[in-house]
Formats: sequence, C-alpha cells, structure tokens
Amino acid sequence: MIHVANLAKNFTLHNQGGAVIPVIAGASFRVEPGECVALVGESGAGKSTVMRILYGNYLAQGGSVRIGGLDITRAAPREILALRRETLGYVSQFLRVVPRVPTLEVVAEPLLALGRPEDAAFARARDLLTRLRIPERLWSLSPTTFSGGEQQRVNIARGFAHAYPALLLDEPTASLDATNRETVLRLIEDAKANGAAIVGIFHDLAARDRVADREIDVQAFTPRLP
Amino acid sequence: MTPLLDVQGLSKHYGGRIGCADVSFRLYPGEVLGIVGESGSGKSTLLNCLAGHLGPDSGQVIFDTRGDGPRDVLTMSEPERRMLGRTDWAFVHQNPRDGLRMRISAGGNVGERLMAVGARHYGEIREAAADWLGRVEIAEARIDDRPSAFSGGMQQRLQIARNLVTGPRLVFMDEPTGGLDVSVQARLLDLIRGLVRRMGLSAIVVTHDLAVVRLLADRLMVMKDGHVIETGLTDQVLDDPQAPYTQLLVSSVLQV
Repeated sequence: MIHVANLAKNFTLHNQGGAVIPVIAGASFRVEPGECVALVGESGAGKSTVMRILYGNYLAQGGSVRIGGLDITRAAPREILALRRETLGYVSQFLRVVPRVPTLEVVAEPLLALGRPEDAAFARARDLLTRLRIPERLWSLSPTTFSGGEQQRVNIARGFAHAYPALLLDEPTASLDATNRETVLRLIEDAKANGAAIVGIFHDLAARDRVADREIDVQAFTPRLP
Repeated sequence: MTPLLDVQGLSKHYGGRIGCADVSFRLYPGEVLGIVGESGSGKSTLLNCLAGHLGPDSGQVIFDTRGDGPRDVLTMSEPERRMLGRTDWAFVHQNPRDGLRMRISAGGNVGERLMAVGARHYGEIREAAADWLGRVEIAEARIDDRPSAFSGGMQQRLQIARNLVTGPRLVFMDEPTGGLDVSVQARLLDLIRGLVRRMGLSAIVVTHDLAVVRLLADRLMVMKDGHVIETGLTDQVLDDPQAPYTQLLVSSVLQV
C-alpha cells in the first residue's frame, strides 16, 4: 500500500548562505495492508520528516513514494488532495482548525468532505467523541479553547472518522491517560484489522510493542556527511 | 476533468513597469487557490485581470461556461463578460464599500443582483434576500437598514451574501478578511469555508495573511515582482518553501 523507494530529502536554507542540509538519503521500505510499521531513531534522526514526505507536506529531492498507486513525489496538488481525502489519513500532534467551528463538525469534516450524508457523518463523530471521552457539553464548542489533551483526542477522533486505507500516526498516545490510551490503541488495532497500512512514530514503547508489527530505524537513512 | 479556469501566459504592464508577467495556472471545480505576496507583488493586478476589471496585455483566461463550454473571457464581448460577472462569477472586494451600494438597504443590495439576472417577483426576491442574510448571520430585522449602519464585519458578510445569491461557480476575493478584527476574521473564515464546501464553489483568494490561506486555500501561488515564483499544495509551500523569497516570507510571520 505504501511503497517508498530510494527517497532523498535536503533542506536548502537560502537565507542562511544557501546552506544545503541533507536529512534523508536512500530510504526504501514498504508497508502492506493490515500492517503497522513504527519509525524509530533518535530525536532529530528524521522520523517526522519521513512522515511529512509521505503526506506530501514536504517535497522529496529524489526517489519515489507510491501510496495506493500514486507517486506523491510527482503528483499534481489536486491528486494529492484527492489522495488525502479518500486514501491517506494523518494524525499529527497538533490540531489546526478554523476557529469557531464546533468540535462535532471538526470531527465529521473528513466524512463530509467525502460527500457522506450529514446524519451518518455526525453519528460517527458522536461515537468517536464518546469513545475518546470528550464530554458532550463540549461538542458544540470550538476545540481551539480546549486543553492540550482534549485537543489531541479531538485530533485523533478526526483522524479516525474515515477508514483510510493508509494512515500516518505521529505519537498518537502521547500525554493520554490510561483509559484514553487504551481507546486509541483499540482504534489502531481496528484500523489494522480493517486492512489499513499504518506508519507510526511511538515514543510510548509499550504502545509500539503492542500495535507495531515491525520497526524501521530511520538512522539507516541518515546521509553520511563527507 | 475540464478546469473551471485555465489561465495561460497572462501579462500586464503599467508602462515600463511589470504588473504581472507570464502567469499560467489551472483551477479545477471545488478548488480554492490562494495567491500570496507582499504589497506590490502583482497579486491584485492578477486578480483584476482575471476578473475582467483590467485588460491584460497578453494571455488567455479560459473559463468553462455553463452554456458553451470553455471560452476565452478576454475575447468575449463586453455584455457577455458583464453577464458572466453577474451570474457565474462573484468578486468580493477588500473594502465592502467597493462591493456594496451604501445608499440602498441590505435586502436591496442582495435583491439587486437577483434582479440583474431577471428576477422580478418582489416577494420572492425579498424572501431570497432574507434567506441569504440568515446564511451570513445578519438578523432578518436588519433587512431594511442601509449597510452604512452596519459594522465592518457585517458589511463584509453582506457583500458575500450579495455576491453568492446568484449561485456563482467562481468567486474572486481580494483580502476578504483584511481590516477586520481577528474575532470577526475567524467568523468570516468559517462562513466562507462552509459556503465553499456546501455550494461546491471554486475561489481565488488574494491575501498577504498566511494564516488565512492555510485555513482556506487548497493550493498556493507565491508572487514577487509580478512573477509567480512558487506554487504547490498550501501546507507544502508553507511548511517546506523552496524559493528564497518564500522562505523569507514564511519565516517572517510572527508566532502567537
């Protein structure tokens, strides 16, 4: 489902003397449907960079990333938008939403964007918010005013609203209490059972051991400086 | 899929000075394109050339019309282009005073655009106007008030209602949230985003506010000195800018 071949990424800092910083070179791996792969490596090794390239958020300088048949390193923006709508989900660590939009709508939005009927989309959103223990009295409020932990759970609910065939998870269980952590791990296990190909970053080692089928050490992709 | 708007090699000079130079892009149905750049970068010139307010020196602006399919807007007759401006196109000005008639009522402002496309039944026009005031969160009780009695944010929402009442397919917006308080901006962004999705609109939004395009636009075009220097997915251009100028622009934003 996710097929990365010979991926390379440099950052060129034009406003700092044109410094070129190679961060990834020769990254190759595959993730099959129903499989969860954990990216591991020290802080700064490039785990998040790999995730962002997979999502089309960072440009690659070489190699290819095929997700559901589309090479996102060469795809047109509208093809990536369609891929993100239908195929590729991403639960980042930060919730970014239009202010004033109610939480229930924030969570239902991925389904509404797919043209699903409103009642079904909102029913799914209510179910997820209930499972992630966001009190119902908060659903009509914008999550921008919520605590960090609540925002993270809203973000997870939104990321799992649609059953994406490919899913990227950036520290999905960080800073969650035991009950909510268990809920998120079940959501991940359910997604795997439904055939999703998952790439995750988990600093929570117990969570990683439970949901990940294998690990990929991104330090193997760190370019050797001459 | 046929692009809704296909722009090829559009250039506009002001004497020896470049307004915009050799701009080409395609906009597909349902897409929101953001155009960013500093003052004088040519983004408003480009928008005004696209919308037919300014005549470009060269290039093509091909719009997929409802009746006759793709046609070059620049070679249309003036009445045809004006009809397009009243039906399938809408233009939201930065200053609501440029897009509203300040001496007629709020309801009249919305109704006027309907009458321009042939609506004649007073009751139906008033009903449609009331419906649209509701959609942009203006109380129906204000329908007979003049926009001069409205706050800046209400005027901007009224301008949006006036523009969208005829069900356009393409909306041009020039700094739609400029000059508004941040709380009012948020409300307007929510409104625009909701309307774009529910009506399946395409939009071209010119702004210098990177936070606004991040929330509204699917794709981004960065302009400098009249040239398009970078294009791409909005989040990609903002998070991994490639051109020196875009890197400077993104890193210059104050964090809150």
